[in-house]
Amino acid sequence: MAQEEIYDKGRRTFLKTAAVATVVTAACGSALCSCSSSNKDVASGGKVRLLSPEGEIVEIDSAYLNHQEHMAIVSKLEAREGIAGKKFVMVVDLSRCKNARKCVTACQKWHYRPEETEWLSVKLMKDSEKAAPYWFPKQCFHCDNPPCVKVCPVDATFKRDDGLVLIDNERCIGCKFCMAACPYSTRVFNWDEPEMPIDIRNLQYNAETGLPAKVGTVEKCDFCPDRTREGLLPPCVEACPNGVFYFGDENEDTVSNGDETVSFSQLIKDRAAYRFMEELGTKPRVYYLPPTDRQFPVESGYDDLSEPLKDRFRDIMENKTH
Amino acid sequence: MELNKFQQELFDKQRPVIENFSKKTWAWTLFFLSWVLLGGYALYLQVVDGHVVTGMRDNVVWGLYIANFIFFIGISYAGAVISGILHILQVEWRKPIIRIAEMIAVISTIIGPIFILLCVGRLDRLHHLFLYSRLQSPITWDVFAIGTYLTGSVIFLYLALIKDFAIYRDAKLNIPKWKQKLYTILAIGYRGTPSQKKHIKVSTNLMAIMIIPLAIIVHSVLSWIFGMTLRPGWHSTIFGPYFVLAAIYSGTGVLIMAMWVYRKIYKLKSYLTDKHFVYLGYIMMALGAAYGYFTFSEYLTDWYSSEKWNSEVIEKLFNPAKYGWWFLFANVAGILLPILVVAIPKTRTPNLIAIVSFFMVIALWVKRYLIIVPTLESPLLPMQDTRLEYVKYSATWVEWALTLAGIASFFLLFTLLSKLVTVIPISEFGNKGTEATPEMTEPVKKTEMVSA
Repeated sequence: MAQEEIYDKGRRTFLKTAAVATVVTAACGSALCSCSSSNKDVASGGKVRLLSPEGEIVEIDSAYLNHQEHMAIVSKLEAREGIAGKKFVMVVDLSRCKNARKCVTACQKWHYRPEETEWLSVKLMKDSEKAAPYWFPKQCFHCDNPPCVKVCPVDATFKRDDGLVLIDNERCIGCKFCMAACPYSTRVFNWDEPEMPIDIRNLQYNAETGLPAKVGTVEKCDFCPDRTREGLLPPCVEACPNGVFYFGDENEDTVSNGDETVSFSQLIKDRAAYRFMEELGTKPRVYYLPPTDRQFPVESGYDDLSEPLKDRFRDIMENKTH
Repeated sequence: MELNKFQQELFDKQRPVIENFSKKTWAWTLFFLSWVLLGGYALYLQVVDGHVVTGMRDNVVWGLYIANFIFFIGISYAGAVISGILHILQVEWRKPIIRIAEMIAVISTIIGPIFILLCVGRLDRLHHLFLYSRLQSPITWDVFAIGTYLTGSVIFLYLALIKDFAIYRDAKLNIPKWKQKLYTILAIGYRGTPSQKKHIKVSTNLMAIMIIPLAIIVHSVLSWIFGMTLRPGWHSTIFGPYFVLAAIYSGTGVLIMAMWVYRKIYKLKSYLTDKHFVYLGYIMMALGAAYGYFTFSEYLTDWYSSEKWNSEVIEKLFNPAKYGWWFLFANVAGILLPILVVAIPKTRTPNLIAIVSFFMVIALWVKRYLIIVPTLESPLLPMQDTRLEYVKYSATWVEWALTLAGIASFFLLFTLLSKLVTVIPISEFGNKGTEATPEMTEPVKKTEMVSA
């Protein structure tokens, strides 16, 4: 079902793109914008210089430009530098997670990933024999001391000034050293040609959008920089029905889960936040709020699952009930 | 080139080998070639369909290929370290075996890196390694270290070959024109003048000294691909020396096996003597003991401190239902057997030493596999994956075919190279002739010491 939606949406975007592509292509070569004549916006007076498909430089009022989803608006070089002045951070409230898996599907939909590829996965953790199990959403931690970036021989995965760890899949040679080096099993490999809608496949690649995916390269959660650049929250944050994920900027000291915006420092102080496996020294940019005073019993995230998904957690859940 | 009577005798013995390409050799060559071709087909599939045709997946990102990589680079130490050290120490009995050792070094250093290339998802982007080279990455260290090492090994082998090429050139061999021409080119005008002799001697000495640290660097850097990660079973401070030792050890084993084979098929018993096997057996025993010590120390500390992640890997290695039997085999055949067989005078025979070497080399291959796979099957976070191929690694036919192709190309290159050069260097034998055969070694050594 989710897959159908993706393709349907893909087709619509494609038609739009096709119409637009004949009008203007952006100057830097990595950005593609649309200029539609039916646009009712009042001209703002801010002019943008663009390169037309014929190779001429044209000046267009910026109000006439419509940004398209998944089309990078920055150059490849800027994509390596990051969003100026930002320091992205995430806080995950484990006391609210019930394994609704809305984050997982939203992530897959946004990034055009198939159902079995989980950049964001929800694990069932049980810290010790007697400890109570809890749901543990896990995406890339965008470490400040990233073991993956250290080992990359070609600078294909890099750390940006805004804290993000991204991958340039046009440079990646697919040696998988970063996957061996990441202690959190965050990275996934394109073992065969990834299936993508045709318009996505034809997009010009940029590390900020991560699309299209390419065979033989590594990919992972990217904190959706193409969305955050526009002030939007990553889809996982928006999709969560329980407000588990807080995403924001450490420099501004604010994080938001879509419903409420709070002080980052206050939140991690009040709720005794911790970083996963701090002892590894990787300095993650994701903080966890411990699963105390939980809003949902752990079973509520298990009982509604499909059988194959239940299989993942059967060991722990059945041990618990017996 | 004038040959003394010992050299002449040795040359006459090996002359047919480089003159004729017998039907047997053709069959042998075609057999190995067919394996290499099958490997080529497997590689084609892997490139066209992606790495999905292998057993590697997101958890076990490396498998057979990287084990083969370590293995081949490891056995190249036969030439580098063994012949380098014996050269520096001026051990006379080295002379009949150094060529074989250095051939192993060069050939396996060519084949080894091919296996790491097989782990690479985008072979079309290999130039990125130089274009965007990052010095922080152990892979970059590896690229430079192996490149230098291969160059060094080739030079070391070639330096020892120049004099022999001059001999082949002047011997009026019954060979095709191109081969005669090749010998002339490769002999680079060597006539045996005192200045030429001196230059070769100095360069060989220099290379013998340089090849040892180079070899140590190569395998240390290789071990650091694993040692630098935060993975249980890999993140160990002794990985550098441990890998280096294992490499020299397995290299010695392969050298013994090669000697045994050449002695059998080319009937070189009077040159590759029983003493050679015994002496190399002693070296193997000493290395085996050191390797055993490192192994014990590595697993004892992991097991005793029983830190959570390490314990998980140790459990997999000790559990008979998982990798237990393989681990036991790796240690019995890889440590105990070689030591015992060489230590007991009754079993210290060329045949038995060659047999334990064979099992030891296999055991060391298994050991490399056990270093790679169980660790990758033990990520720090629970896998909670229902796709069996993601949870447990099992190599596909593509990986096995390419592994066999690697072994086959080792034999193939060896066969072809020994049709070009004599496996026992001729020019190395001085006027005293058989001084280089071990039976004479002891008294000769004594007189040398006196004169020194």
